[in-house]
Amino acid sequence: MLLIACPHCGNRPETEFRCGGQAHIARPTDPAALDDAAWSEHLFVRANPRGVHAERWCHVHGCGRWFNALRDTVSDRFIETYPAGAEPSRSPDLQTRA
Amino acid sequence: MLEARYRTARALPLARTALPEGQRSGILIQPAVAEGRFSLRVRDPAAAAGGLPLDRPINTLAGDDRCWIARLGPDEWLIGTAEAEADHRAAAVAADLAGRAHALVDVSHRNVGIDVSGARAAVALNAGCPLDLGEAAFPAGSATRTLLGKAEIVLIRRPGDAPRYRVECWRSFATYVHGFLTEAALGAGPEGRVRPQ
Amino acid sequence: MAQPFRLSRGGRIDRTRPIRFTFNGRDVHGFQGDTVASALLAEGRHLVGRSFKYHRPRGILSHGSDEPSALLSVDRGPGRIDPNNRASVVEARDGLKTRSQNHWPSLEHDIGAVNDLLSPVFVAGFYYKTFMWPRKFWDKVYEPFIRAAAGLGKAPTEADPDRYANRHAHCDVLVVGAGPAGLAAALAAARTGKRVILADEQAEPGGALLHETRAEIDGRPASDWLAATLADLDARENVILLSRTTVFGYYNHNHVAMAERVTDHLPNASGTAPRERLWQVRAAEVVLAGGSHERPLVFADNDRPGILLAESVRVFVNRYGVAPGRRIVFATSGASAYTAALDAKAAGLHVALVDLRPEADCGPELRQLRAAGVEVLTGHTVIGSKGAKRVTGLLVAPVGSDGRCGGHRLLPCDCVGMSGGWTPAVHLFSQSRGKLVYDAELDAFVPGTSAQAERSAGSAKGTYDLAACLGEGYAAGAAAAGSAERRAFTATPTATGFLPVRAMPTDANPTKIRAFVDFQNDVTAKDIKLAVREGFHSIEHVKRYTTTGMATDQGKTSNMNALGIVAGQLDKALPGVGTTTFRPPYTPVTFGALVGPARHALFDPIRTTPIHGWAEAHGALFENVALWRRAWYFPKPGEDMHAAVARECAAVREGVGIFDASTLGKIEIVGPDAAEFMNRLYINPWLKLEPGRCRYGLMLKEDGYILDDGVVARVAPDCFHVTTTTGGAARVLAHMEDYLQTEWPDLQVFLTSTTEQWAVIALQGPKARAVIAPLVEGIDLSPEAFPHMAMRTGTICGVPIRLFRVSFTGELGFEINVPADQARAVWEAVYAAGEPYGITPYGTETMHVLRAEKGYIIVGQETDGTVTPDDVGLAGMIAKAKKDFVGKRSLSRPDVVAAGRKQLVGLVTEDPKRVLDEGAQIVADTDQPIPMTMLGHVTSSYWSPNCGRSIAMALVADGRALQGSTLHVTTPEGFISVTVVDPVFLDPKGERINA
Repeated sequence: MLLIACPHCGNRPETEFRCGGQAHIARPTDPAALDDAAWSEHLFVRANPRGVHAERWCHVHGCGRWFNALRDTVSDRFIETYPAGAEPSRSPDLQTRA
Repeated sequence: MLEARYRTARALPLARTALPEGQRSGILIQPAVAEGRFSLRVRDPAAAAGGLPLDRPINTLAGDDRCWIARLGPDEWLIGTAEAEADHRAAAVAADLAGRAHALVDVSHRNVGIDVSGARAAVALNAGCPLDLGEAAFPAGSATRTLLGKAEIVLIRRPGDAPRYRVECWRSFATYVHGFLTEAALGAGPEGRVRPQ
Repeated sequence: MAQPFRLSRGGRIDRTRPIRFTFNGRDVHGFQGDTVASALLAEGRHLVGRSFKYHRPRGILSHGSDEPSALLSVDRGPGRIDPNNRASVVEARDGLKTRSQNHWPSLEHDIGAVNDLLSPVFVAGFYYKTFMWPRKFWDKVYEPFIRAAAGLGKAPTEADPDRYANRHAHCDVLVVGAGPAGLAAALAAARTGKRVILADEQAEPGGALLHETRAEIDGRPASDWLAATLADLDARENVILLSRTTVFGYYNHNHVAMAERVTDHLPNASGTAPRERLWQVRAAEVVLAGGSHERPLVFADNDRPGILLAESVRVFVNRYGVAPGRRIVFATSGASAYTAALDAKAAGLHVALVDLRPEADCGPELRQLRAAGVEVLTGHTVIGSKGAKRVTGLLVAPVGSDGRCGGHRLLPCDCVGMSGGWTPAVHLFSQSRGKLVYDAELDAFVPGTSAQAERSAGSAKGTYDLAACLGEGYAAGAAAAGSAERRAFTATPTATGFLPVRAMPTDANPTKIRAFVDFQNDVTAKDIKLAVREGFHSIEHVKRYTTTGMATDQGKTSNMNALGIVAGQLDKALPGVGTTTFRPPYTPVTFGALVGPARHALFDPIRTTPIHGWAEAHGALFENVALWRRAWYFPKPGEDMHAAVARECAAVREGVGIFDASTLGKIEIVGPDAAEFMNRLYINPWLKLEPGRCRYGLMLKEDGYILDDGVVARVAPDCFHVTTTTGGAARVLAHMEDYLQTEWPDLQVFLTSTTEQWAVIALQGPKARAVIAPLVEGIDLSPEAFPHMAMRTGTICGVPIRLFRVSFTGELGFEINVPADQARAVWEAVYAAGEPYGITPYGTETMHVLRAEKGYIIVGQETDGTVTPDDVGLAGMIAKAKKDFVGKRSLSRPDVVAAGRKQLVGLVTEDPKRVLDEGAQIVADTDQPIPMTMLGHVTSSYWSPNCGRSIAMALVADGRALQGSTLHVTTPEGFISVTVVDPVFLDPKGERINA
């Protein structure tokens, strides 16, 4: 069971959280302007890196807040957690920006 | 939204009987009486509303047993009051927050309270709550949403040296949560070589 | 004479407290402090089981949790029969009933032993090779036979009556193992004041110190040091010292699982005490001091009862005061067995020792043992053992420098203590994802790079000298607690070092002998070599092909020998072969411990509404909907479900029905931007909905498929009362919070679940208004003042309510939202007021039938996560003027607008009495070849009392264009014909709603 540092509540066990998949995929401001290929890319295409991954997590059984995390998918080590809408303080080579 | 409140006899889901087994194991589990409760949501709050502080750290409790406020998140509080004071207190909070975008929702009937106390209360809670309930990590005056077994709860540690906890869960989970705690009290012993923390 | 092999003195047993248990029905006498193994050995019993494959007689190999052979069924009373308990782990106590396993008709005379004679047949991969052909024999012949013959022990058949507890705990330093290194680590950590948990699998903490009669620590006997250290730890408030607690799993982020055996050792456990407790510990730092395992020697017939590990002989003599034999031969390739021999000699037993190492390679232990008067044969191998159900002699021979064996010599004996060196217990380190490194000096894999906050100490790290273990443990404990403190210990030097040997040199034809590597799975050196020759070069493949290292002991004693044989066969160095993956659990864990309290009423929360008790009292049957128990139907005496539902349906259409809709999800959406938020999430328009009005809302996921639906009331300009489906409540709230927090954080909106604040009493039927009219205050119920899809606040019986005029039945209907704690009283008042009108309680089944008669969909029944609004005929709800809402862009995706999508239709059968099966497939032409083209499936199907016939809804490709045509639906008896119709079966103009 992972130990995850909620930006508001500190270290909490994984069971209190829900993972929301890849982070930093903003909903297009005008979806109608996207052609089918671009929309399907937005909807369906996600990175699956071996290494550092930026993920969305929600402390659903805690403060209820969504936040982002950098997690190493190999070691499961959390490198950083940071608020939704923010960028990580470090600039890891995010293979997640597919 | 506040509505006219009707506060005669409420039929609570749990009978108010303390368990003799619980007393024997040093863990007392007691369903709470009917109380008023409100979920308060507000961003950029004032320092206080209705006489309750809003500027305390997340996961802390303020007030006393009769009227308490638990900060559960950056813009979320759970307010508990004695039944008789509920309408008055809610009106006072709403009045102080007038003009600010906020939500004050009556959840008195949604929430069910169970008081857990006794020297080994934390041991019983830790049967299903994965948090560190040690003095340093969860001192008196702490409050947070968390889990107990398969149910979501709000866990509050009341002020004072003696371990007194309040478990709040949703109404339909009350039977499970109460049963879980009762079972946990039974499973908390015997001591063997385990000493209380 | 009872306990003929009990030594007259010594041991940590309490000779003043005799105990008695049974083995195969016969009394066994022992003392408090005995294990079942030590008590059996004290009785002179070595034969305790039959081996897994060949049914060979087997005895006790070890004194600890690595025991592969002595597996017993333990009976602690009704419902408390547990197979595969290691005799060396089970504490002997009064009243225990133990039985040997894997034989028929008896342990002494086992028919299955014929397998031993057939052993040339049962080679590695026997099953794979033998049962391949003919293929059709597998189901009927081979598999049943194998299933009957295979398996260790018998599973219990009765429900487990014991209680199992669970405990989450946190500490700064968790120390695994209370041997010398672990005790020193705990002591060092405890002295800093940090929170320490020390867990040890044995009944008594102390590890190797429990059988250390020779060594001194800091100038006093080791046992004194142990007692003083335990007293010190026990007196500290910051230390939790757990015995009988096995650390079995090391998971992410120092989450460590331990199984504590609380009461099995007590003859009279308290009625409420749990049998076992699962500890889930989150430790800031972990010290792994779990010790090491001794390796057996691989020689012909090394599995006879009476052949033990050398250190185990020492343990039985020193700790339990038991002589495993009167005449013991130690066979070794290393120094530690000399200490065992010395102790056995000191206990008055006849001892000889055979060492594979040449004289020159032996250390001071050789001189010491010879000085004690023991015959030592250095440079000797073991050719084989003699005996049947008990070893009677060991055949040894000198080995020249060329590897040739000299003349055989038979050493008569009734016990052999063998030692092929030591293997650090790196299981937990490896589970923590730490990287092992091979240390050639130690001939062992030892902890290398850590992946988590842990450190190893003592023999778990390959440190065998007592003083070094203590110092290393102390340093590890201090460092784990953030202290740089060190402490030097003085202790009697430990005899260490061994010559790695995989299989003992022999002059026999290696294909003719059976030298066991894995005792539990009956895997011999020959089997492993055969597997390699057949092309299994990966150690993981060799493991699965030969089964070496599998089952309950997971190869604790055997793995290094197996690895070494594979490496030798491949002519590779050991690190090149690697190890198999170490997985939890370290030793077997009961299902009970893992399940804990989560059974019976605590298996899952059972959610009930405030009306539940009333429904129970009125004879309702219930169905599970998510975690909820909902009233399904209310049969009257003599009614079956069909009759009850028919009566309930008619009552709603003709009079009035009352229904508990409390489980509907409810969300209070509040804030100045509430309407804008609703507008973005639902396909409908919300900005102009007036307070006091309701609207049926439909919500999509971003992929355009229906997520949920429900009636929404605008309570105030900045407040909506949203309802969701019962099962969708949590999902919808999470969906809303996600968008609010991460996509539109600028919107001033707050979401609060009020599902359980409001109970919902639905009154449906033409007489609904008449029933509630006398009870409601503050609301004008007239149709003009309170039209369909309106919401008003007022009181009923004096209780504040939100009253919705809505209908999920097509009848005039009201839904009374009442604070939950007052719902039962209101329900009873409404019911009483309705009795003159024949008010009828109805359940979910009737609710389903009534809505299906009207063609109303249920999300999750008519939809399955791939259904769009247009698919179910609800495209008209889409607000055309809205530029965007969640899912809108996807409604123009190519596959969503393509022809051929499955659309919601009604189906009626040719035979009106025939009710279709929900989920049944639909085809156009029954003569087409298989596989047929399936057009869709039945989503809902009921007998409709009001229509007087069966009705069904279905999703059918291009279904709306097929109205009037005939299709065919599968049934267990074959196809039946149906006609495609509009899915509204009753009152298509919707007039009844305005009754």
